[in-house]
Amino acid sequence: MKIAVSSTGKDLDAAMDPRFGRASYILIIDSVTLEYEVIDNSKNKEAFKGAGIQTAALICEKGARALLTGFCGPNAFKGLDAAGVKVANDVHGTIKDAVSQFNKGNLVYADKANAEAHWV
Amino acid sequence: MIISVASGKGGTGKTTVATNLAYSLKEKVQLLDCDVEAPNSHLFLNPEIEKKHLVNASVPKVDQAKCSLCKKCMDICRYGAIAVLGKTVMTFENLCHSCGGCFQVCPENAIVEKNRTLGTVESGHVNGISFIHGRLNIGQVMVPPIIREVRTFEKKNMVNIIDAPPGTSCPVIASVNHADVVLLVTEPTPFGLHDLKLAVKTVQALNVPHGLVINRVGIGDSAVEAFAKEHHLPVLMKIPFDKQIALVYSKGLLIAKELPEYKEKFIQLYKKTKELATKGN
Repeated sequence: MKIAVSSTGKDLDAAMDPRFGRASYILIIDSVTLEYEVIDNSKNKEAFKGAGIQTAALICEKGARALLTGFCGPNAFKGLDAAGVKVANDVHGTIKDAVSQFNKGNLVYADKANAEAHWV
Repeated sequence: MIISVASGKGGTGKTTVATNLAYSLKEKVQLLDCDVEAPNSHLFLNPEIEKKHLVNASVPKVDQAKCSLCKKCMDICRYGAIAVLGKTVMTFENLCHSCGGCFQVCPENAIVEKNRTLGTVESGHVNGISFIHGRLNIGQVMVPPIIREVRTFEKKNMVNIIDAPPGTSCPVIASVNHADVVLLVTEPTPFGLHDLKLAVKTVQALNVPHGLVINRVGIGDSAVEAFAKEHHLPVLMKIPFDKQIALVYSKGLLIAKELPEYKEKFIQLYKKTKELATKGN
């Protein structure tokens, strides 16, 4: 299964970025083979508005079925929920740790956003 | 004539200047309170509200059956208010600026307009002054459409006094743009000066003649006056830091009414403002 993780760097040893919409990078990872694609999220990081929604659309397009991040706001959550992407909030550590937690089934999926919307 | 009363810093006395100016003039006057996030001119003028109407904005509604998921709507939207997520298109109304771009670019005609209410505009009269103000609904953030609606009441043959919101962002631009003259109300403090500088840059960019009203003269320092001198900004009125004024204000009364010497001072302010509007900075 493809999962998306918000990341501060470009490989599996990087620390997670607690922010979702304005994360530096998004890694799209195959949870079984650990093969991954790095998405430079700088366009959304600098977005005037709607960063969470744009990043949500991006991971949907890449075929991710779950998102591991720190904080996911209401607009992004609403979009991911509609697209059937599960969201695990409050995930910490390196990308590798996060994927390992995911594979062990230790993560709890959110039923609502855990951050306030910015601007609205 | 349109006189917009703005400030940069909040709490410098925009409403005091706008309402007292409106009260003091013998010309036909209307006061337009464009601080729609926190209108308060009515508290000093106590107008009788006669009419009220809603301000709506059009937002997109997507017919999912017609949508081909081409993402053209998402690409044109600068605000992330419409997005393709998986096999659905979602709209985020609070982010929408009602530019109409998504309606235009949709090749499937899958997007129709839907109205949402942003706030209300109320109008009435008090002692020969026409009064109009806008009110943003709680939970809404889109301010300029309500200000534009308030400003449709502007009349050529009257003195239109706009009580603008503080700051220098979109709501201020909407309240100051196309005015004949702007009164920048400030106070002689470092904070007052800091925001005054931003406000001056804003009105200069909009190319509107502008002069200063310095309120609470007696506190702070002389840096605002030095700034005015250096940049050749006319100081049209000074209001002292005075306990009597504070007392009258705290009761929701007008200083031009309660302290009669101020009525003449506001008439003088109007004369200088009118002159500035004609000859420019």
